[in-house]
Amino acid sequence: MYVNLQDWLAALAGGGLIGLAAALLLLGNGRIAGISGILGRAMARSANPFRRDDLAFLAGLIGTPVVLALLFGAPQIEITTGPVVLAIGGLAVGLGTALGNGCTSGHGVCGLSRLSFRSIVATGAFMTAGIATATVLRPMFGL
Amino acid sequence: MRTLIALLSGSLFGAGLFVSDMIDPGRVLAFLDLASGAWDPTLAFVMAGALIPMALAWRLTYRRTEPLSGGTFPPSPRQDADGALLGGAALFGIGWGLSGFCPGPALSSAGFGGPQVWLFLAAMLAGMALAPRLTALATTRAASGTG
Repeated sequence: MYVNLQDWLAALAGGGLIGLAAALLLLGNGRIAGISGILGRAMARSANPFRRDDLAFLAGLIGTPVVLALLFGAPQIEITTGPVVLAIGGLAVGLGTALGNGCTSGHGVCGLSRLSFRSIVATGAFMTAGIATATVLRPMFGL
Repeated sequence: MRTLIALLSGSLFGAGLFVSDMIDPGRVLAFLDLASGAWDPTLAFVMAGALIPMALAWRLTYRRTEPLSGGTFPPSPRQDADGALLGGAALFGIGWGLSGFCPGPALSSAGFGGPQVWLFLAAMLAGMALAPRLTALATTRAASGTG
């Protein structure tokens, strides 16, 4: 893995697309592009008047990268984490985003951009926890 | 029209994750792991790239009366930060730091990332389903004065 100018441009361009996506959902449908929220609502059994829209969003989120992978080749998905830790991590992400009402897209992209106090607090918390876990905890698992 | 906008938005989002390489948990972990020796600032650039159009979009919502397809814009955000927010966010961060995955990238790589991604997704869905039960449990315990 290396970081060069091409990577940084791709990062900015990709970020721009993400921001554009969220802006479109906000200005078009008045909805926040928080992935954990959209997924949670789509999967929940409780009534959701926007379920069709949520499912359409998820279809695009899952399907478009598949199309891009077919066109340009699948990108490297480097997973060094073992299945047990992956499952624990998944459980924590699912539980945590549900309890905290958001993730990197909801709190990070949509919340920070309107200076939401809750999102600033949440983003600070998950960034700190993420960095601490990756820097200190993962090496302890031998990762 | 709502559904079409949602589909387009999801597609652009997935494309953004693909182009920015945020679907590679290795690259995300290279950002989160400060001691790796090969620190990768990509994630910060992605976030910066996303915040700019979104900040502009929020400003536009203050000037318009309603979204393009009707309905309402989201209400003003709450100003209180409670234990659930902090604890939930921290727990999410731990899971993120362990796996390098958060919900968006995991879904976007589901189509070609292989069984490891599906394992993460299954566990994530289980965690999401567990949350309201835990919340209900905490609420009833608090109401009955125990715990």
